[in-house]
Amino acid sequence: MTQYLLRRVLYAFPILVGVNLITFALFFVVNPPDDMARMQLGHKHVTQEAIEKWKHERGYDLPLLFNTQAQGMQRLTQTIFFQKSVNLFLFRFGRSDSGRDIVADIKERMGPSLAIAVPTLLLGLIVNITFALLLVFFRRTHFELSGLAACVVLMSTSALFYIIAGQYLFGKVMKLVPISGYGGGMSAIKFVLLPVLVGVVSGIGSGVRWYRTLFVEEIEKDYVRTARAKGLTEPKILFRHVLPNALIPILTGVVAILPLLFLGSLLTESFFGIPGLGSYTIDAISRQDFAIVRAMVFLGSALYILGLVLTDISYTLVDPRVRLE
Amino acid sequence: MRIILRFAYLWLLWLGLSGCKGPLNNPYPAVERDRNIFYAALAEFPKHLDPALAYSADEYSLINQTYEPPLQYHYLQRPYVLTPLTAASLPRVSYFNAQGQKLPESTPADQIAYSEYLITIRPGIYFQPHPAFAKDASGHFLYHRLTARDLKNIHSPMDFPVLASRELTAEDYVYQIKRLVHPKVHSPIAGLMQEHIVGLAEFAQEIEHRYQKIDPQEFFDLRPYPIRGVYALDRYRYVIRIRGKYPQFKYWLAMPFFAPIPWEVDRFYQQLPLIERNLTLDWYPVGTGPYLLAENNPNRRIVLVKNPNFHGETYPSEGESADTSLGLLRDAGQPLPFIDEIQFILEREFIPAWNKFLQGYYEASGISSDSFDQAIRFGAQNQAELTEELKAKGIRLETAVAPSIFYLGFNMLDPVVGGLEETKRKLRQAIAIAIDQEEYISIFLNGRGVAAQGVLPPGIFGYLEGPQGINRYVYTWKNGEPQRKSIEEARKLLAEAGYPGGRDPSTGGPLLLYLDTPGGGPEDKARLSWYRKQFEKLGIELVIRATDYNRFQQKMRVGLAQIFTWGWNADYPDPENFFFLLYSKNGKVKYGGENAANYENPEFDRLFEQMRNLDDTPARLELIQKLTEILHRDAPWVFGFHPKNFTLYHGWLANVKPNQMATGTLKYLRLDSKQRAQLRAAWNRPILWPLYLLLLGLVIGWFPAWLKYRKRMHETALA
Repeated sequence: MTQYLLRRVLYAFPILVGVNLITFALFFVVNPPDDMARMQLGHKHVTQEAIEKWKHERGYDLPLLFNTQAQGMQRLTQTIFFQKSVNLFLFRFGRSDSGRDIVADIKERMGPSLAIAVPTLLLGLIVNITFALLLVFFRRTHFELSGLAACVVLMSTSALFYIIAGQYLFGKVMKLVPISGYGGGMSAIKFVLLPVLVGVVSGIGSGVRWYRTLFVEEIEKDYVRTARAKGLTEPKILFRHVLPNALIPILTGVVAILPLLFLGSLLTESFFGIPGLGSYTIDAISRQDFAIVRAMVFLGSALYILGLVLTDISYTLVDPRVRLE
Repeated sequence: MRIILRFAYLWLLWLGLSGCKGPLNNPYPAVERDRNIFYAALAEFPKHLDPALAYSADEYSLINQTYEPPLQYHYLQRPYVLTPLTAASLPRVSYFNAQGQKLPESTPADQIAYSEYLITIRPGIYFQPHPAFAKDASGHFLYHRLTARDLKNIHSPMDFPVLASRELTAEDYVYQIKRLVHPKVHSPIAGLMQEHIVGLAEFAQEIEHRYQKIDPQEFFDLRPYPIRGVYALDRYRYVIRIRGKYPQFKYWLAMPFFAPIPWEVDRFYQQLPLIERNLTLDWYPVGTGPYLLAENNPNRRIVLVKNPNFHGETYPSEGESADTSLGLLRDAGQPLPFIDEIQFILEREFIPAWNKFLQGYYEASGISSDSFDQAIRFGAQNQAELTEELKAKGIRLETAVAPSIFYLGFNMLDPVVGGLEETKRKLRQAIAIAIDQEEYISIFLNGRGVAAQGVLPPGIFGYLEGPQGINRYVYTWKNGEPQRKSIEEARKLLAEAGYPGGRDPSTGGPLLLYLDTPGGGPEDKARLSWYRKQFEKLGIELVIRATDYNRFQQKMRVGLAQIFTWGWNADYPDPENFFFLLYSKNGKVKYGGENAANYENPEFDRLFEQMRNLDDTPARLELIQKLTEILHRDAPWVFGFHPKNFTLYHGWLANVKPNQMATGTLKYLRLDSKQRAQLRAAWNRPILWPLYLLLLGLVIGWFPAWLKYRKRMHETALA
């Protein structure tokens, strides 16, 4: 297991370097350092001298990937790519191009993102599993058919529609919850209710269909037939036998996304005014703040890899037959 | 299941508790219900709050409540006039020749070597309470040598246990002017001010040189280094010396670039432990204004509260003639500010912000294209009016033409559309007639704009109403209004330009022209297609080269664009700030300036140089008319439109008068929080029947399923 984990960590390095390189290339193709400087300094009255100074101070006056003016290893190290990437691997994100400390920003914003993401995940799981089990219970009836049709309709509807419809219905027409906003402590509850509800409902279509597939696959197995032969009722079979066995892929799937939860959701947070991390990267792209973009892409990739490793580990925990070699 | 029940319980509990205190959808804490708080939505969070850096309207709307430059714009008077803010009076301007001899005021501008602005500030003005000023009993600063350990539980400068203040002095203004060229600050006007302020360029070089020798983490004290042209005469008087005559400099003195910064504050915010917690001058302003920043969460809200040390100012007692009847002088002489607290709340999306405005949770709102029909209808005289729904809520509409212009420019360096030859002029004039700006304003702006007759928007000295103000190359005056010339006249001009029927004689095909514009996404498609159709009227084929803003700017810098769309928002209400956009010394390609059309006409330059140095006199007006005539004839731009801002205000807000130049105007507003609370409660009574209907629908929907469940269980039992 230890060897396996070590190997996975080592594999992660080239992946992270690759992701960083792609981010770097994509960013600088669209945003040359001169334009980044203009964006930060404003568009009126800015002189070329001011642009050069801004670039020099932040190290954007170096060549992008290869420094022909330097000697030896410095040809690679005296470049924007190296200078800006090396600290990422030490999780030192430094300051944004507008001067704010990135780690402090991330710490401040991850709380509200989690306040939406965690209840949405948990409630979504409960609701989706419940509906999926009901569909399985009513399999081969018109209830299943109409349930599946409803799931397809729900899946096909844009997430934006759920948000606007939710705000319109519960915030504007019924006036039960604030349309948008956020508060600290217990007052956060009233702001979280609607985004969580919207998040859960918008995930029902795909979630129920996926879990139903898992349960249907399980219910065809021999042990279920044996349980039926022994005279167990259908609910007992579903809850005591089918559910625990089908939970393995569900749990491992959930474990994979756990680390990514704190990155938040752009659409939900923008529309509901949640001060989370969801819009942090998008805002940085629109402001051409490369420091934030590279930090967030790196963090996202690292967390994704962490999620995959945790999935592998969770397999060994829930299924003793799996060994990590 | 237990979690759901617990959650439902908490919600019910909250419903119960909130029910006693006010509407359920109130996004603010119940304790704020009757408080005198102004809530404003911000679509985007400001990038900078440092007065040396901030340069956008959003940023100004925040920092101008805190920082006080020596001058300000009168809130009510029009045309815009400057009045003293912290200054005791308007600056006293003296002129000198190269030998340093004082010259009379009437001296021609070309004989003036430099002008001196003497500014006297009022004594007894104090900065807001701040830890940067706090000292111990022996007179040493308490918080100028902080460590990470000292900052436990400190999230904002207001969290420090000891806050202090000190009197505003002339040196604080001098210090801020020095900061404009600080190597680390990167002020956008550093280059511009070095051209104007005597000695600033040398000062910038000197401190650049010295700054390189110190540790960048250390505080770099600017006080020991003097600027030749900026100095304090005594505690309350300072002088700014300007090269030549630059009458527009007084307007800069009303901008936060020239607000005071005490050296103690600069020293305080240079400490690394504070920077690591994002406690910087760029995020926590320190001023003398009516409000101080108490909370700054850039992803959620900014809270300003009354500055207890505010020096006191009273509501103006004079304005325009109509102001009395509009009730705008009812508070004349009353002490400012009226509102206790201002909350700027981040609302990235317009729809939630708009709905919250309608529910009474924001005091003011703009109008997006989506909500336009819900808010505005046009009356019999084509005047904008509120819809009945909004009128019934007591909402008011205020409109104001912005001091801005959007235009379609020709690159005068281009061999096809550029140049001052008569044929090229006629080509551009023909295009100017063909592009129907009135239609553009109607289709794309919902009528929120005024077709431009020249570079100057209404409200700026030199703008002329009526027949004498129209662009006679494009319009004729008929039935008391300007009427665009017919497309036949444009075709005739085009033929005279050498392109009969829009055909290019060199190719035999239609004349091909290229429009460079930023954007090009789906939302721009209709607009660009409209431009194409305008050119098609003349038989010209327009090729759209839409690109991102960075690439567009690059093209403009090297002069690759042929025709382009751009705009300008004035820094100050002076015709110089518009005509300079066509002054040859500001050419984009040659000088990197703001003359994007690279227009170069010696006659225009000569008249502009005369005009810019004059006061608003009939002689100046005459020069402006001549300049305008040259631009009408040469047509380096197709004058587009001046945007008209439509803003909605709730009836509980008083003293609202749009001021397009001043942004520190929240101190003048008054709100009736009791009326607001009553109306909010009335407008936001929960409606529960849709919820019951939904529940009933679910029950009805599930009933057959339940029956089926029962049946299946029964079958299983029998089996």
